Amino acid sequence: MKLVLRGGRVIDPSQGMDAVADILIEGGTISRIEAGISLSKADAKDALRVVDLNGAVVAPGLIDMHVHLREPGFEYKETVHTGSEAAVAGGFASVACMANTDPVNDTRSVTEFILKQARLAAMAQVYPVAAISRGQAGEVLTEFGDLKSAGAVAFSDDGNPVADSGLMRHALEYAAAFDMPVISHCEDQGLSSGGLMNEGFVSTQLGLPGIPTIAEDIMVARDIDLARFTGTSLHIAHVSTAGSVRAVREAKAAGVSVTAETAPHYFTLTDEALRGFSTHFKMYPPLRGASDVEAIKEGLRDGTIDVIASDHAPHSSVEKDVEFVYAANGIIGLETSLAVSLKLVHDGTLTLQQLIEKMSVNPARILKIPKGSLAPGCDADITVIDPDRVWTVDAGAFRSKGRNCPFDGWDLTGKAIVTIVGGEIKYADPGVKI
Amino acid sequence: MTELSRKDMLEIRDLSSEEIDLILNTAASFKEISTRTIKKVPTLRGKTVITLFFEASTRTRTSFEIAAKRLSADTINISASTSSVVKGETLIDTARNLESMNPDIIVIRHSAAGAAHILASLLEQSIINAGDGAHEHPTQALLDMLTIREKKGSIEGLTVAIVGDIAHSRVARSNIYGLTKMGANVVVCGPAMMIPKEIERMDVQVRYAMDDALRDADVVMMLRMQLERQEKGLFPSLREYAQHFSLNRDNIGLAKDDVIVMHPGPINRGVEITPEIADGPASVILEQVTNGVAVRMALLYLLSGGAK
Repeated sequence: MKLVLRGGRVIDPSQGMDAVADILIEGGTISRIEAGISLSKADAKDALRVVDLNGAVVAPGLIDMHVHLREPGFEYKETVHTGSEAAVAGGFASVACMANTDPVNDTRSVTEFILKQARLAAMAQVYPVAAISRGQAGEVLTEFGDLKSAGAVAFSDDGNPVADSGLMRHALEYAAAFDMPVISHCEDQGLSSGGLMNEGFVSTQLGLPGIPTIAEDIMVARDIDLARFTGTSLHIAHVSTAGSVRAVREAKAAGVSVTAETAPHYFTLTDEALRGFSTHFKMYPPLRGASDVEAIKEGLRDGTIDVIASDHAPHSSVEKDVEFVYAANGIIGLETSLAVSLKLVHDGTLTLQQLIEKMSVNPARILKIPKGSLAPGCDADITVIDPDRVWTVDAGAFRSKGRNCPFDGWDLTGKAIVTIVGGEIKYADPGVKI
Repeated sequence: MTELSRKDMLEIRDLSSEEIDLILNTAASFKEISTRTIKKVPTLRGKTVITLFFEASTRTRTSFEIAAKRLSADTINISASTSSVVKGETLIDTARNLESMNPDIIVIRHSAAGAAHILASLLEQSIINAGDGAHEHPTQALLDMLTIREKKGSIEGLTVAIVGDIAHSRVARSNIYGLTKMGANVVVCGPAMMIPKEIERMDVQVRYAMDDALRDADVVMMLRMQLERQEKGLFPSLREYAQHFSLNRDNIGLAKDDVIVMHPGPINRGVEITPEIADGPASVILEQVTNGVAVRMALLYLLSGGAK
């Protein structure tokens, strides 16, 4: 089966390309990419499918390098199947799923199980992230070598910080020996424990215990110092504070091998959203103040922050339709991440090229996975985006099992209209003729 | 203004000074009922008031119940220990079940900030917040303002010192909103770890030493010090607290001669207030309790449609 995408505006930062071109896909890989591909008669009868894109943006398949698929253990919140279906509906050809399942993804068998479920689902490409420490308890390292050979692409105790600096040092050094990235959830629990939202004027007014920005900043500073000291690479998850952005910027300038991600809610919402006590705005790290939001946007603009990842964290109503204090942390994002992030393009913070770098090229580079490019010979993972499509978020209609979406009811501009994974169309907007 | 056009009483923050005046004026007129031989008027006959208390309370729950009964409403008390909460039912399920029995007003106290807001957004009934976590306790602030107004004639221009664990106090928050709306100068005081971040933006002045807070105060409001509410190790000891943040014979002289001393109760004698001050001539603590009934009568009446 061959597939031709005709007349799209191809934006592939990996090859510095921004031009109207056709793409020919054969056998799951990209075979040609050029203006006005003419098809021979032999081509034309070889079960060829042609999709006319009328100038829509064609990008390397988007990658969300920070999601929670909840399987095994929390299938009532999400499964690999529903999560990866939500991914392709949101334009993501690949996702990296965090290890805080039950059992924790700290052994080969769990990693293999997740990959098996992903193959059965046959939606997005799923890359398991394995735990740094056994049971994510922060005490004993997992079997990095075995987990890598089982298919894990990175190590992270995400959901929990690695409180023990010695353990984190060893994790960075040992992972580097396997050429594997370490993703750090930066939280000093001595400062954050008991907190329910960002510490500031709003928490003071609401009487909710606060989580100060320094709970993140201090850990970011520690991990940057560990990376500097050990000469290893470090990726910082879900950056939410101005202090973290500043620390990462300075570290990069000083030559430390550090990368960072943020999530759409951290550059879109502030802690003002907590007034009214809606649990759909409760997550970790918490929504911060307006100056942090501005700092995150500046960090995205100047390249300090490399990646936008959703931190898709589905929960059921059992965990969310309760008093604020009892509600679980986390919101879903796979089906809104692209559209919310496109706000940065519409408001001039980022170019479309930069956005695609942060949502495809850079995550592929950090995770060292063979994705994020439309060059001939690459896997045919492609996201077609209509950047001007106006649509209204209806969380009730999501493929994800989660309904904990802070953007429910929002009018957003821009949407993935086709998602292709390994040459197969996994999602197509009803408006696209295929 | 002669009627309150709102369904619920959740927070002082969103009340106007006109609404506060209306509630206080109504409460003042209701006070007389409680001095009659037959302390009952038929105003709320046929109305049902449920008090739903997820936190222990004697004073507030009794006050609401007496207020409702003096207006001839039927009252039902539900407290956490006897409710389905222990069986694992969610707050929303509890609320839906109560709603199905068609009460008119639900009074809720809960340890979680925002609990009253959940009920208010889901139910058609009027919801009165009788204290939600460290967020607000609007009826306490209203009865405090009624007491101050009675004693001082007006709230405007007074200096009110609120002393204690401001961070964990819903009484402090509601009073800050109410008193500043009514034109008082509010000073808050307590150990540094009990003063929440950016509280200055609530139009209050912050003092970390008791003497500075008391100087020239017209009203001193002492908060109950609950060491058990503190994070472990946050504050050294009750002894340390009493030495630096109690109102006593020695420091009360810094306040104005006609200062009044208030406390939302229950008081920790010898911790935040010495017995001779709590029972002394400046204390209006028991008058606050009396006014609590009047304020709650006023709210039940106004939320039921008032003069309509």
